[in-house]
Amino acid sequence: MEGNKLNLTLKVWKQANKDAKGRFETYELKDISTDASFLEMLDILNDDLERKNEEPVAFEHDCREGICGCCSLYINGRAHGPLAGITVCQLHMRNFKNGETIWIEPWRAKPFSIVKDLIVDRSAFDRILQAGGFVSINTGGTPDANLIPIPKEKADLAMDAAACIGCGACVAACKNASAMLFVSAKVSQLALLPQGQAEKQQRVLAMVSQMDKEGFGSCTNTGACEAECPKKISISNIARMNREYFSASIKSN
Amino acid sequence: MKLESKIPAGELKDKWTNHKFNMKLVNPANKRKYNVLVVGTGLAGASAAASLAELGYNVSVFCYQDSARRAHSIAAQGGINASKNYQNDGDSDYRLFYDTIKGGDYRAREANVYRLAEVSGNIIDQCVAQGVPFAREYGGLLANRSFGGAQVSRTFYARGQTGQQLLLGAYSALNRQIGLGKVKTYYRREMLELVIVDGHARGIIVRNLVTGELEKYSGDAVLLATGGYSNVFYLSTNAMNSNATAIWRAHRKGALFGNPCYTQIHPTCIPVHGDYQSKLTLMSESLRNDGRIWVPNKVGDNRAPNDIPENERDYFLERKYPSFGNLVPRDVASRNAKEQCDAGKGVGDTKMAVYLDFAEAIGRLGQKAIEDKYGNLFDMYQTITGENPYKVPMRIFPAPHYTMGGLWVDYNLMTTIPGLFALGEANFSDHGANRLGASALMQGLADGYFVIPYTLGDYLATNKLAKVTTEHPEFAKEEKSVNELVGKLLAIKGKRTVDDFHKVLGRIMWNNVGMSRNEEGLKKAIKEIAELRAEFWKDVNVVGSAQDLNQTLERAGRVADYLELGELMAKDALSRNESCGGHFRAEYQTEENEAKRDDENYTFVSAWEYKNPGEWEFHKEDLDFEFVHPTQRSYK
Repeated sequence: MEGNKLNLTLKVWKQANKDAKGRFETYELKDISTDASFLEMLDILNDDLERKNEEPVAFEHDCREGICGCCSLYINGRAHGPLAGITVCQLHMRNFKNGETIWIEPWRAKPFSIVKDLIVDRSAFDRILQAGGFVSINTGGTPDANLIPIPKEKADLAMDAAACIGCGACVAACKNASAMLFVSAKVSQLALLPQGQAEKQQRVLAMVSQMDKEGFGSCTNTGACEAECPKKISISNIARMNREYFSASIKSN
Repeated sequence: MKLESKIPAGELKDKWTNHKFNMKLVNPANKRKYNVLVVGTGLAGASAAASLAELGYNVSVFCYQDSARRAHSIAAQGGINASKNYQNDGDSDYRLFYDTIKGGDYRAREANVYRLAEVSGNIIDQCVAQGVPFAREYGGLLANRSFGGAQVSRTFYARGQTGQQLLLGAYSALNRQIGLGKVKTYYRREMLELVIVDGHARGIIVRNLVTGELEKYSGDAVLLATGGYSNVFYLSTNAMNSNATAIWRAHRKGALFGNPCYTQIHPTCIPVHGDYQSKLTLMSESLRNDGRIWVPNKVGDNRAPNDIPENERDYFLERKYPSFGNLVPRDVASRNAKEQCDAGKGVGDTKMAVYLDFAEAIGRLGQKAIEDKYGNLFDMYQTITGENPYKVPMRIFPAPHYTMGGLWVDYNLMTTIPGLFALGEANFSDHGANRLGASALMQGLADGYFVIPYTLGDYLATNKLAKVTTEHPEFAKEEKSVNELVGKLLAIKGKRTVDDFHKVLGRIMWNNVGMSRNEEGLKKAIKEIAELRAEFWKDVNVVGSAQDLNQTLERAGRVADYLELGELMAKDALSRNESCGGHFRAEYQTEENEAKRDDENYTFVSAWEYKNPGEWEFHKEDLDFEFVHPTQRSYK
């Protein structure tokens, strides 16, 4: 099927580094195939720029199949663009109109400082997981995998939560820049499984404490995170984390 | 150079056990005196780094991504094999070993493959203990499914995201060690050189991808777990930034490269749609259970697929392979699709695709049944192509997916440079000439969790190494040479972009060193790649500066390496006058178009020693088949 061609105006956030002043740069693109992916459209822009000896737009991307969690663009005011349930790399140009102006920004959240142009620093997520997002076991000496039966429903719920790709769209979409959906996904996965029981109290306390230290905002239950999550992680995980946190706080006092 | 595989003597099933006992140990109190550098944080790198830190070593990890969790192991879909025999269907370590060595077309080491099978069960235990949410049955026990090349059900999976869940498990173990201070992380770093002191690997030079600064790190051993090199084809199922630079720079420093021509081309990928295409998306080969593959009978038939009547379609796999039909092995399916397109019968805009048609299955089973089985894949297809596969046939085409070749390693996973180890897809060791589905995850984790913790200890205990810091003059020397290389790339200021060169190289590789190779094409490729390399160093344009985040510069260095690696792949393919597994030489095929091995002359591993750009010395390691007898693979 022959794709149609689009002429587009891009307004792209350019910022040399963390401390530099940023601005929107305007680019005109012609004859973009509607079959191209959004990131391929940016490839074409960068190729044009390189041919003119101009500096390309820096953006983060890697697997381009929706699983690595690298891509992180705010498009026309929405995390990962206009479609629900996908990352930017899965977004295709057939979802845009000829002559359209597209605004492209990085994730905007205080704990995610800008590295360059559209690339942000998401290392805060790593530090939250380092605080407790694991089961404390060493390699070797583990019991046979079938020793602990886990009800299928529980395992499926844990898998739903574990599907998080750590992209940060939840934080970017939230007016408070809250990381509750991200943190609760990991807390839920391990709280649902028997393997996670031994440390469940310390885990939730340590992870929430680190989350607060990183400067993420509070959750006010608007649900923007769930709406924009490319993996459709449910906010019921946040409710579960709140219960876990409450229970752990009482017991630890 | 004599290649010593260091395979332990004795019965197959006792080799690893005896070897573990015979290896020297490092006293627990002494482990903290050693520094280990791990490059790459996929399944192999993350599992190795975490396990070594747990033992007490000081570990530093490096990756080009912003977090260890984004390594490309994350994208593996199908599953991980293990010989648990949970299904009571006759599986055993020996059967997994046998299937794997046969699947590899008898071009892998028996001892390595047996060890892989032997530790496969431990991997599942380990991952479950970490909280990896594998699929389960209603009774609460683990579920399994079947995969190609096996007659038992031994594949463990976590929906279509098994790689993601296994990597997040290894990443969680790594995070724990980071929190405990045993692992230091150096993310957004790319290794650009290996530092060798007194013949031993003692450090690396990396580029800080944010600031552009070169940084030096010293250690007592260097582990490369940097994955495969399918991106030499430009278009592949690999991540955009997956690259061969770390193993290639090590190769240039003396590490031999094993079986570079063994590549796997996966048959069911979403086809190329334009020159701007950046990557190919894989779709599970399970689709071939219900989809029928066809092309129009007539060359240049431009009608829409549903307007082409039944009697004007060629279901070429069903016609040529009546007993296996659409379920022939990956390599056969891939080669046949290419043949049809080469003959001008390809479909779609670019004519580089064949149809995968579900109309018959939908008619037989109903749309609901097809939705239940393949719904997520159909949705993904529609998101990418904008076409509804319930209404019009899918278009599919093969794509480079995995490279069985890699740095040559001995049984201990050590390369020909003492102290330099290669793990996972980065080494050549366990898959022979063809990898079976669900075996890559198994090998990455086997190497990291259960092999390297033993063999690294033996290396450190047997080699009394002098203390080396980054003050050693070799570090300054290598830093200078990397600086010069970076400066050279930026100074060319030619007219063509880095991607231009990469795309041209990819086309040469795809056309001549892809699914089907022949002498004439390989010779042509060798010549063209050498010319393209010369052109690159004269006419590439790398914009921006070295002291900045510069993605163009990153790609330029990788493409410079591909321009050498591609030539070696062609040379290796040319030197192997037989067909085996993923290496198909058109001159060597049976009457049924199967790969025709030449066991008498080619039962060996090719290992190439780098001399100069475009110049290598050939070595070989003979493969002994002591326990199994190579037979002709037949899928008739």
